[in-house]
Parts: sequence; C-alpha cells; structure tokens
Amino acid sequence: MISLTRPTVLRATRSIYPSAASTLARSRLLSTLAILEHKDGKVAGSSLSAIAAAIKLGGPVTGFVAGKGVKAGVAAEVAQVQGVESVLAVDNEAYDKGLPENYAPLLIENIKKGGFTHVVASHSAFGKNVLPRVAAMMDAQPVSDVTAIEGEDKFTRPIFAGNAVLTVQSTDPIKFFTVRGTAFQPGPSTGGSANVTEGVDPAAPSNTKWLSEDLTTSERPDLSTAERVVSGGRGLKSKEEFDRIMTPLADALGAAIGASRAAVDEKMADNSLQVGQTGKNVAPQLYLCAGISGAIQHLAGMKDSKVIAAINKDPDAPIFQVADVGLVGDLFEKVPELTEKLKK
Amino acid sequence: MASALRILVPVKRVLDYTLKPRIGKTQTSVDITGMRQAMNPFDELSMEEASRLRKDAKSPMKVSEVLAVSAGGPKTVDVLRTALALGADRAMHVEVPEAKDGFYSGLEPLTVAKMLKGVVEKEKINLVFLGKQAIDGDHGQTGQMLAGLLGWSQATQASKVTVKDGEGTVEVTREVDGGVETLEAKLPMVITTDLRLNTPKFATLPNLMKAKKKPIEKKTLADFGLDESRRLNTVKVTEPPTRQGGSKVEDVDGLISKLKDLGAL
Repeated sequence: MISLTRPTVLRATRSIYPSAASTLARSRLLSTLAILEHKDGKVAGSSLSAIAAAIKLGGPVTGFVAGKGVKAGVAAEVAQVQGVESVLAVDNEAYDKGLPENYAPLLIENIKKGGFTHVVASHSAFGKNVLPRVAAMMDAQPVSDVTAIEGEDKFTRPIFAGNAVLTVQSTDPIKFFTVRGTAFQPGPSTGGSANVTEGVDPAAPSNTKWLSEDLTTSERPDLSTAERVVSGGRGLKSKEEFDRIMTPLADALGAAIGASRAAVDEKMADNSLQVGQTGKNVAPQLYLCAGISGAIQHLAGMKDSKVIAAINKDPDAPIFQVADVGLVGDLFEKVPELTEKLKK
Repeated sequence: MASALRILVPVKRVLDYTLKPRIGKTQTSVDITGMRQAMNPFDELSMEEASRLRKDAKSPMKVSEVLAVSAGGPKTVDVLRTALALGADRAMHVEVPEAKDGFYSGLEPLTVAKMLKGVVEKEKINLVFLGKQAIDGDHGQTGQMLAGLLGWSQATQASKVTVKDGEGTVEVTREVDGGVETLEAKLPMVITTDLRLNTPKFATLPNLMKAKKKPIEKKTLADFGLDESRRLNTVKVTEPPTRQGGSKVEDVDGLISKLKDLGAL
C-alpha cells in the first residue's frame, strides 16, 4: 500500500536513527500468510509446498482457507500441519470456485487486518490467477514461481524458460510471491496444533460467473507431485498410439503421464498433461520420455528430475544431452518391450 | 453496455523462443545483444483472437477497433508493425530507453499494468487480450494486475472465447490444473491467452506493406505519470545447474539395469 503517513517533524526526527534497530524490529515482526487451495474437502498438495516456503521465511505462518464448510473441514486439516501457527478460515460458498474478483478483496481485507509482511501461494493455476491481482490492488510487485528463498526479501526464480536463474530483492513493504511446488518439500502434515480463527469476510460481489468445469479424472498419481512420470511426444504420431504405448508403461511403473507441447498440440494428450515452460513443472525421481526431442520449452519443465531416461530414434536429439540414460531406437518397439520387462 | 468491441492488444518484443540467452559476465544480467527477437508467442495468439472476432460475421458484437501497444526501445516498432500486419488498426509505442544489458532494463509487470490502465481509460477500451506470460520474464502477471487495477473481470489462460450477445456477455473457457473451466462475465474484461486458443497466422508480405501506412503513436511513460523505477532489484543472474548427459545404452535390458543402478527403479 502507499503509505498514508505524511512527512511530519516526528518522522523527520526518527529518520536520524535508521537501519539497525528498525531492521531488527522488522525481521521480528515478519509474519506470513499462506493462501491455500482445497478440493473435495482436502488441502491441495501444492499448497503444502506454499506452507513449506512460508515456514522457511522464519516468522509465524498463518494458513488461509475460504469456501463452503472450510471451518469444520479443511481448516482443521491445515491446523495439523507442522509449522502452521494459526489458520484463518472464511466459511462462504462464494469462494468455492476461487474467482479472483471476490477472492482478491477477501484476501486484501485479511492481509490488512493481520498485518502480514509476506503473502505466499503455490504457483498453480489458482495462485497464478489470484495473487498478482491482489498484489496490484495493494500496489506491490509480486515474485512468480520462486524456487529458493535467500532472505526475507530475497527470492530466486527461473527466467527465460529456466535458462537463467534470477535472484531479486523486493523493496515492497509486503512481499507477494508464488512458489514452485517441486522446489519446497512439505513437512509433516500431522502433529501440528494451530488454532482456527474466523477471517474477515468483506463479501465483495464477483462480476464473473462460474459456469462449469471439465476435469480429467484419473486413478493415476497427480502429474505435478508424482514420483515417476512417463512422457510422450510427437514421435507417438496419434492419440491412439499414445494411449496404446504410454498407458501400459505408466501402469507398469505406477507413473503419471505427461506430454510434450507437440503431443498436446496434435491432440494426442490433454493440455493439462503438458510438461514445459507453458505447462507443468515436474521434478520426479524418474522422468522417462519417449519420442520427445527435448526443445528448450520442454526442458524447462522437467530438467530438475532426479533421473531422466529417454528413448528416441534420433541419436542427435537434444534430449540425450540431459538424459542420464538414453536408448536410441524406435519407440514403437522399445517401449512395449520395456513395459513387458518391467512387469516381470 | 458498449455496443462495439474496442480491443486492446499489448504485445512484447522478446528473445526468439528457440534461442538460449547468455548470462552476462558480471552475473547481473542476461545478454541478448545481437540475438533475434520477435513478438512474444502468446501475444500472437492475442492478435489472432482479436482479428478472428473482427472477421466473425455471426458475432453479436462488432469490433470497432483493435489497438496494439508496446513499451520498449526503438526496435519495439518492429513488433508493432507485425501487430499491424496481423490486424491491428493502429498502434501505440511507449518509448522506454533501449535496454543496455538486455532484459533487465525491461519494465516490471506492475509498471506495465499501470501504463495499460492509462491506455484503457484514454482509449475507452472494453476488452483486453494479453498473452498469459512473456517468455523472457516468465512472470505471468500483467493481465491479472491490469484487471485488478481496473476492477474488471478477468479470465486467464483462455482456450476459448465467445461473445454471447450484444450486451457484452462473454464466455471464456480457461485452462486450469487438471482440465478446463468455463466462466461468464460482462464486458469490460481482461482475457489472457493460452496456447490452445487458436493458431496464429503469419503476417503476409502485402499486409506487412499495408502495415507501414498505419499510424503508430509515440508516447512516453511520463505521459502516464510513470517512470522506470523498480520494486525488485536484481541481486544476481546465474546459469542454472547443468546436467551431465549420461551414457547411451544398447538395448532395453541395458536401460533397465542402468535405471536400477541409478536407484530410479
């Protein structure tokens, strides 16, 4: 916010004694609000990473949840997460769909009332949608997709599709940032004992109406948090082949399925499966890809994987420059063979 | 509500998406001097969507104007010419001194959003199409910030946009984690474009020639009561940790045993 304090004599006198004392006072007063998502009465996995990042800052952490029945439901679950000091809950169905038009005024009221110095959300579709709106309305410049916290005002984030790593120092009085889920490991989600209190509800109207959603339902692990990911690209040629080749491999490994942008563009796989700069970021134990060349855009989303394995018929494909293990060959032969051998 | 669509399309000149930037020697900047630059890919989608709305004879609302705007050094005019060739009626160039060290002299999203708010108010815009993110800064913030500053509806990561009636009801399908959701709002609104929205066309030579005759208005940040000051100071810019590409194996058995050695299986 723009400070409303006018330059007065008192203020002028104060400024004679700057830095040390006030810096210390500020760090002692650090407190963080973590904006949490929930779905079907459970806190979203990515939000646990936001809590982990908030804890890393060092000050007290307050979780924030809003939606129908949250006080009895998800707020109690968040209260159990270790490191969370308190939970602000706003029980109002109007926030169920996370519409930024009413969610932003809601957050602003709660941020002002709680005097938070830091506001963090996960860099998910929801966090990306809401947090910049809130920050702008409070005249702050947020930091997106943070991968490391180097101080209460210093944040590191990838830029240029992960081809450079930037550390910035925020000069805003309130630091707004979203975090990359794979960069902050959530701690234990039981054993905590935060108290749940009621947040402020300005009940601002939303001029946007939520109509419907169409979510891909799957028994598979969630792509962003899966231990193993198998991913297919243009080399799979069609949706039928993609499903025929990749699904059994994913089943054999208990893996989530991902796809390159080329595969998504050619409708072989759903957009929500896209891995890359403009899709999801994953960092599983094993990322096994087939028929993916390894364009900059794609590498941005998977190069933090622990082990990368690639099957591609082009020995010069850039993917082999990052793969820990590469197999040059026709994926239509090699992947089914691999699937069969893994089953044994 | 307005009877016609007055569309603003902000565009950004960025490093070509196939190129890798270099890290400056002092580790305080990204060096893209001499490297090919082009219109941000998401902004091409915005331009295409605006011109589709104009060409759609069945649309209940006519497009009365498409204004392209960009902030940057002298070469920003190149992407504005492209925008004009892709269907913008006129363009506005907010001149910001040329970046000395590539990207880092670029404006912050908050400044851009405030500038765009000024443009929207002056030009009586009722629909803004922005890309969901610029592929250099990767912030993904400007559209949301603009909507917040204006108090307008926002629909980010749009994969389908339909104008429903003459009253300005717009239905937008947006990409979310795990699928899509559909929203409805009344103009004015801000929409950010996702890759699935459309397939942008190339600017044809005749259109590029015609674009040379279209007007480009010059502005400065001061015209909007703004300056280049930043909220985020660069501490350092480093190379990402490089991966050591491993070995290739001969066959599937080799692949499996290597993955076991690496503890991935």
